[in-house]
Amino acid sequence: MKTIQECLENRILIIDGAMGTMIQRHKLQEEDYRGERFKNWHCDVKGNNDLLSITQPQIIKDIHKQYLDAGADIIETNTFSSTSIAQADYDMQSLPYELNVASAKCAREAIEEYFSSSNTDGREGAFVAGAIGPLNKTLSLSPDVNNPGYRAVTFDEVVAAYYGQISGLVDGGVNLLLIETIFDTLNAKAAIYAVKKYFRDTKKKELPVMISGTITDASGRTLSGQTLEAFYISVMHAKPLSIGLNCALGAAEMRSHIEELSSIAACYTSAYPNAGLPNAMGEYDEQPEQTAHFIEEWAEQGFVNIVGGCCGTTPDHIKHIADHVRKIQPRKLPVVEEVLV
Amino acid sequence: MSEEIIIKPYLRLAGLEPLIVRPETNFINVGERTNVTGSKKFARLIRENKYEEALSVARQQVENGAQVLDVNMDDALLDGVQAMTTFLNLLQAEPDIAKIPIMIDSSKFSIIEAGLKCVQGKCIVNSISMKEGEEKFIEQAFICQSFGASVVVMAFDEKGQADTLARKVEICERAYKILTEQVGYPPQDIIFDPNIFAIATGIEDHNNYAVDFIEATRIIKQKMPLVKVSGGVSNVSFSFRGNDHVREAIHAVFLYYAIKAGMDMGIVNAGQLVVYDEIEPQLRTLCEDVILNRNNDNNEATEQLINFAETVKAKGKETVKDEAWRNTSVEDRLKHSLVNGITDYIDADTEEARQKYPKPLDVIEGPLMDGMNVVGDLFGSGKMFLPQVVKSARVMKKSVAVLTPYIESEKEERRQAHITAGTVNEEGAGAAKILLATVKGDVHDIGKNIVGVVLGCNGYDIIDLGVMVATDKILDTALREKVDIIGLSGLITPSLDEMVHVAREMKRRGMKQPLLIGGATTSRMHTAVKIAPEFDLGVVHVLDASRSVTVAGTLLNKDNKPAFLESLTKEYTKLKDDFANKKSTKQYLSFEEAQKNKVKIDWQNYTPPVPTFTGTKVFEDFPLATLREYIDWKPFFIAWEMHGNFPEILTDKVVGKEATKLYNDANALLDKIINEKWLTAKGVVGFWQANTTGADTIVVHRESSNINLESLRQQIKKAPGQPNLSLSDFIAPLSTNLHDHIGAFAVTIHGIEEHIKNFEANLDDYNKIILQALADRLAEAFAEALHQSVRKEYWGYDTQEQLTGEDLIKEKYVGIRPAPGYPACPDHTEKYKLFDLLNATENTGIILTESLAMYPASSVCGWYFSHPQSQYFGVGKIQQDQLNDYAKRKGMSLEEAQRWLRPVMD
Repeated sequence: MKTIQECLENRILIIDGAMGTMIQRHKLQEEDYRGERFKNWHCDVKGNNDLLSITQPQIIKDIHKQYLDAGADIIETNTFSSTSIAQADYDMQSLPYELNVASAKCAREAIEEYFSSSNTDGREGAFVAGAIGPLNKTLSLSPDVNNPGYRAVTFDEVVAAYYGQISGLVDGGVNLLLIETIFDTLNAKAAIYAVKKYFRDTKKKELPVMISGTITDASGRTLSGQTLEAFYISVMHAKPLSIGLNCALGAAEMRSHIEELSSIAACYTSAYPNAGLPNAMGEYDEQPEQTAHFIEEWAEQGFVNIVGGCCGTTPDHIKHIADHVRKIQPRKLPVVEEVLV
Repeated sequence: MSEEIIIKPYLRLAGLEPLIVRPETNFINVGERTNVTGSKKFARLIRENKYEEALSVARQQVENGAQVLDVNMDDALLDGVQAMTTFLNLLQAEPDIAKIPIMIDSSKFSIIEAGLKCVQGKCIVNSISMKEGEEKFIEQAFICQSFGASVVVMAFDEKGQADTLARKVEICERAYKILTEQVGYPPQDIIFDPNIFAIATGIEDHNNYAVDFIEATRIIKQKMPLVKVSGGVSNVSFSFRGNDHVREAIHAVFLYYAIKAGMDMGIVNAGQLVVYDEIEPQLRTLCEDVILNRNNDNNEATEQLINFAETVKAKGKETVKDEAWRNTSVEDRLKHSLVNGITDYIDADTEEARQKYPKPLDVIEGPLMDGMNVVGDLFGSGKMFLPQVVKSARVMKKSVAVLTPYIESEKEERRQAHITAGTVNEEGAGAAKILLATVKGDVHDIGKNIVGVVLGCNGYDIIDLGVMVATDKILDTALREKVDIIGLSGLITPSLDEMVHVAREMKRRGMKQPLLIGGATTSRMHTAVKIAPEFDLGVVHVLDASRSVTVAGTLLNKDNKPAFLESLTKEYTKLKDDFANKKSTKQYLSFEEAQKNKVKIDWQNYTPPVPTFTGTKVFEDFPLATLREYIDWKPFFIAWEMHGNFPEILTDKVVGKEATKLYNDANALLDKIINEKWLTAKGVVGFWQANTTGADTIVVHRESSNINLESLRQQIKKAPGQPNLSLSDFIAPLSTNLHDHIGAFAVTIHGIEEHIKNFEANLDDYNKIILQALADRLAEAFAEALHQSVRKEYWGYDTQEQLTGEDLIKEKYVGIRPAPGYPACPDHTEKYKLFDLLNATENTGIILTESLAMYPASSVCGWYFSHPQSQYFGVGKIQQDQLNDYAKRKGMSLEEAQRWLRPVMD
């Protein structure tokens, strides 16, 4: 199979859609989440979606396969909250290594099973991206309005949490690391720090890193207040495979931001918006062909190399997106000059 | 598909907002007051745990124009790690401060690391060095890199801090090699601090410290072009502590030279920079002597500055707070306030001006705009820094704020009058709306604000979105507010691309509003070639604020708009076509071919004239009354921004009255200058035997040694029969066996300073500027008079010449006198040879600065060529092959040659 860099040179790659939306469809109850192993766990675990990779691996693998069938080239592990800090909500702070290994395995096995059984249309395979989420505690913002200097967590704690997650993902066999839904750049910088430290410590071959930030509203800034360009500059040292945007906005609202990013990014660009903005009921109702039309226009403009969906998107959305961008040339990598002329 | 994107290797930093250091970026001010070692107040606030108040120190730095904030908590009484963490965490909650990048400053690496853990943006670490050996240096560099920080590397190694030029350069080169090769640091993320040490300490070994820093900067930037150079500026004046007046002058002069040498950023008190040009001349000269280590053999310059400093100290605050400017006209007062950023009197002065002028708008268009032009010029010439400009803009805004209510009420009166008269009111609710914005990435809004005020005063509703406005915000607002016209402004070059983007987006969104383009870097050509093709419904380049009114009026008039846009489209299309053609048809010859196509001169039938003497002749005191007859007045009026021919300008309908007044005043002063012998005209001329050896080399023979003059040759492909000119073509080749000659001259006007000072003391800017302009004119007149004497007498090749003053101005004489640095010989460095031949500094007192300007400023020099076929011309653009050859002939490195010849390179 070709490397992801080789694939990116030739075509626009498709990343999968929402995991949470798909899990919701199963209407799982507390006992489904607990499974056999956590039958007697001392607190409720319903809602801990990442736990399903251990307790209901078939459901997770099945969702992965649906996305592969829709045309995804990259599938994300079910590890958005698989860190010691996020799992502390369920008192499962010692579980992350195992969670990450299990989720990586679900994704790997889904790929193996899908590509050995289905009619895959000449496709060679897919890549597993280890999803590294933003945490429920943030380094640049104080949770206490009366004490703006207070922080609920330290940089070192965040690095340690991500370090544990990364070691599980790598041992589980992911092909890439994806630091995503970044609304506080300092958290992302801690993740980058942990990635660098992990590969320096273990002397393993570094995996490509994808970085995806989140612009939260029309101000064009991250939640922690950075402009898009400032955000990119602050994470450039990761030398990422790609830089992109996901979540918070639908494709219509994301357009000008992805356009800007494509004009300043030295690396590949990615974009996986939500299925529009949530309606009054908090549901995403943008139809697959609508999302696909927006993204098709970005592709035609040469803004993107990797596209897909975030909250509210489904295998049907991904299939439409894949169909619409299939014949379009990917964004060309910029010329990065090394001297001033 | 979009066009190819190019990412340049710029230093990129970020707070909440990006800071990209491009080649055209001005000096970057790093705010120094949030430093416990440098600011007693800040240190006290931190020690007393008054962090909220400490934040206000940071805010002040940002407001005063700091573009990066230096934070230092190195105090023995403090827990540095904790103080750094607390302060930076609090700072992150203040978007108006956190918008700029942070420089984390400590001599303890643990404090640096603590700081890096608090900041989401891309920081600068200040500093790391090799003082504890390579291993530690590499380890610390790796950690900085893991945070994505840029690093300041101090010129410090195992042996100590570098204090000589050679050590500074050597250590920086070694560090560069380690960082780029072993750690993998991008060169543009490396900032060197080659150590600024205190000068004028009385110890002679210290006298050259500033020169060493400046020269080290120059060499570092040449050898490692992507790195940046920074330094702690206040160190240099440490021996004058307690005397801020002198210290500020030293800082300004030091920066003036260090920035020229390539210094990119410095730690400065952003609120306290004085303007280089505003330093009293005596103090400035003394500072220059001390900084450049001139006239300082036995600490003489140092002693003089110390003596001067004593007098300032003795006078105390009086000297610093000179209030005499309050006695000048209200216009001068407003200007003074603007240039010096003083807000104390601006409300009262503005009110006085409002009562003096017929309409409040006249105050803005008159004195306020004049003042801002001065500010713009000083900034453009590098004599004023961004913080000062910010202050000026603040003064401007305050003044406009005083006027706005009156302008508004005038508007209201007109509206009421319309209602009473039953006529249609074209203002107010029904008024046309104009949206103005400075485009994304650009912070300059003085011009835009003036346009806004001027348009607003003409009855338009202005929606001003401010600076750094993203395309979407501009266009969304335009749609929501149903504006009639969109106006974009920008000052820096990248803004041009942003404007193209806005135009493209307007088309994509199907917008109908015409688009106005304005700002210092914009041009009709750029608008025609790049912006107009992106949007079909009207893109108009607007030259200045006054033009914006007519353009807006035309565009909003249904009857006139179509014809206006049609003719504009024609004009732009033609400009665009011309540009494309120009680009495609500009062909160049190889240097070899160009040399072959030299001027054909029939040397065989030519006898070169022989001057009446060889060597030099000095004029100690040329009669000023004679020079008066040779004055060309046209440039004098241009200096006063009055364009037109002389003497027609005196009777011009528009400016005639003012021009005549000025002319009379100038002549009155000239009478005084001549009668009271204020000025002395000194000059020298010389002749030497000369021949060309190579195609472009003129060998000048003098008794002691020969000097090779190198000339540049036109390389553009000429029409058949037209030569590719070079000055060397006008001198007989050695092979002709003819004894040809070349001449040279240098003239200057001395004695202006004392009188300038007197005018300054009287705050008489008007006569001061007249005097300066007259001195320039007299120097030029001297050159003209001397050239005539050369033709008729000293070289004597045209003894019968009968030319009028006008003929001289039109250059109808035989032979030429081109000046190094001007179009026929654009290389300024040939001036060294000219000065050498003429012994000009000794003979005339003219000094060449290191950028090869002449001091006194009213000086002229040049070569004399006598051949009747010699003519003035411009070399135009040259190609790489000629540059290579020229550099070789001059014995210059290619880089150096390129630097001097950049204006004639493509």
